[in-house]
Amino acid sequence: MDEKPHWLDEPRNVRRLWRGFLVVLVLTVLAQWLVPLPPHFEIESVFGFNAWFGFAVCAAMIVFAKVLALVLKRPDTYYGKRDD
Amino acid sequence: MTETVIHPALALILGALVLPFLRGMPRSVAIVGLPLVALALLWQVPDGPVWQAHFLDYTVTPLQGDRLSRLFATIFALMAAVGGLFALGQNSRLEVPAAFVYAGAAIGVTLAGDLFTVFAFWELMTVGSTLVLWSHGRDTAYRAARRYLMIHLLGGVVLFAGITGHVAQTGSVTFTHMAPDSVAHWLILIGFLVNAGAPPLSAWLPDAYPEASWSGTVFLSAFTTKTAVYVLIRGFPGTELLIWVGLFMAFYGIVYALLENDMRRILAYSIVNQVGFMIAGVGIGTEMALNGAAAHAFTHIIYKALLLMSAGSVLLMTGRRKCSELGGLFHSMPLTMVCGTIGALAISSFPLTSGFVSKSMVSQAAADGHLLAVWLLLAAASAGVFLHAGIKFPWFVFFQKDSGLRPAEPPASMRWAMVVYAFLCIALGVWPEPLYALLPHAVKYEPYTWAHVLAQLQLLLFSGLAFFVMLPYLKRTLTITLDTDWLWRRLLPAAATRSEAWFGAARQALSAGAGHVGNGLVGMVIRQAGQDARLARTWPTRSMALWVLVVLLGYLLLYYA
Repeated sequence: MDEKPHWLDEPRNVRRLWRGFLVVLVLTVLAQWLVPLPPHFEIESVFGFNAWFGFAVCAAMIVFAKVLALVLKRPDTYYGKRDD
Repeated sequence: MTETVIHPALALILGALVLPFLRGMPRSVAIVGLPLVALALLWQVPDGPVWQAHFLDYTVTPLQGDRLSRLFATIFALMAAVGGLFALGQNSRLEVPAAFVYAGAAIGVTLAGDLFTVFAFWELMTVGSTLVLWSHGRDTAYRAARRYLMIHLLGGVVLFAGITGHVAQTGSVTFTHMAPDSVAHWLILIGFLVNAGAPPLSAWLPDAYPEASWSGTVFLSAFTTKTAVYVLIRGFPGTELLIWVGLFMAFYGIVYALLENDMRRILAYSIVNQVGFMIAGVGIGTEMALNGAAAHAFTHIIYKALLLMSAGSVLLMTGRRKCSELGGLFHSMPLTMVCGTIGALAISSFPLTSGFVSKSMVSQAAADGHLLAVWLLLAAASAGVFLHAGIKFPWFVFFQKDSGLRPAEPPASMRWAMVVYAFLCIALGVWPEPLYALLPHAVKYEPYTWAHVLAQLQLLLFSGLAFFVMLPYLKRTLTITLDTDWLWRRLLPAAATRSEAWFGAARQALSAGAGHVGNGLVGMVIRQAGQDARLARTWPTRSMALWVLVVLLGYLLLYYA
């Protein structure tokens, strides 16, 4: 079946989305100069706290999950065949 | 006792028993209408005890209203209605009636004023949910239902033991605030936590829920764990242990979901994750935290059901459930994709979605209580939600590589159910006041400050960056990750088989040994007392006289000794 390619199928558009995403990321950090974040705790007053904290803990969770998988990962037929 | 008030839970349960006999349009109307009738009845229930009776020397209160009960019962009834709409095309005659008994029982728990009634509806929920799972009809569902039933009956026994102890100690069956200060209360707490999906038995949830049908999982996601949150809010607010139990659940859900390949198991793990936020809120126990836990349960039921509806639509239309076999579905299922993505944004607490206005209250309560570690962990877990459910689910199902699948959108009833819930996710996020007005305590909280929105956007967007930067590490493989269900799916059966073999061998050895000893004994008796044996012979008179003399001498000696 022939179908018209979706605009998301174009690598060029995906690259544009990526650039847009990065610009938004930078903007959210820079916006901190306009909107001061009143800190609940001292650590929050470090510049861009939520940004680097969010990135760092996510990276840490992915690494932790991969390490855990080394021990606990099994083929998905481990408990017998699943019907799907 | 007010005679005019009808119990909404009983109305739904009794109505469910009629459903299997209906066909066609009357059935469809009944499926959507019954829960709405229950909802209308619910709003007639006034505050305080409504139905009271004497049972075994105790005053039981099967129907009692207050703000907290009404909030949970409202969302349960709404869930039954929209879930019913989604399941209209379900071929199984059993599933929707079972789901309505299940929903009715959940409503019954929230309206119960005493522990006996709580327990009775609690067990009825187990029956209803097991039947929902079972009604899928497949062998895997049947086996999962058996494991599910085993864990929930175990939890029920523990809960009942606790309730009995509590009644014996206090002489009252009223369901009120308790503290883990006695064995009985610990047992009640453990019974509640089993249903919440708390460790160490959390594995029952991702084991069972994804084995139900495309619509069954939607029902299953809503009631059991949220009823547990409700009873914890009422029974154990401010129990510090719950903060740590909740945080553990939040991270457990993230890590396991990151490794998972089955799209509905990803969402099942994320139920544990989200319930973790609620339980942490119950543990913090301030008015703000309890409001947050209750509001989050409300919004969670909607967006989680929405996510599972979009996953159920994909399952129904493609017959596939593994992320490694899906992808690129945005081409032909744009509505399902948009609705699933709205659910994903709501679960991630994006500004302008329902999760944003509910979950932030729990974090705010941690900040207000100066609980730095708890606040940091909640923030980390919030970022992790976006990672494991917010992006992972829509990305692997609707985007990533093109799987070449071009399924059509699901039937209209399913599309409408998704649209209704997607609308609610946005509406509650934009206009949270109606939800706030329902919460158990007065709300002094403004979610939409520039600072809060900006902080949340930073946290979530950089979490998204981490996802795409580390995408190669998240590539899906045909694997599962062992969980504590390994104990009852592998270790215990293996131990049982092993011990059976061992006992068999021991019994054989024992009977062989016994036979040997027995044969020896019999031989000896025959030798000594047989036909020609020594004891059977005729003895000479002189030897008899000698032995009589010996016996008499012995007697004399003993007599004077």
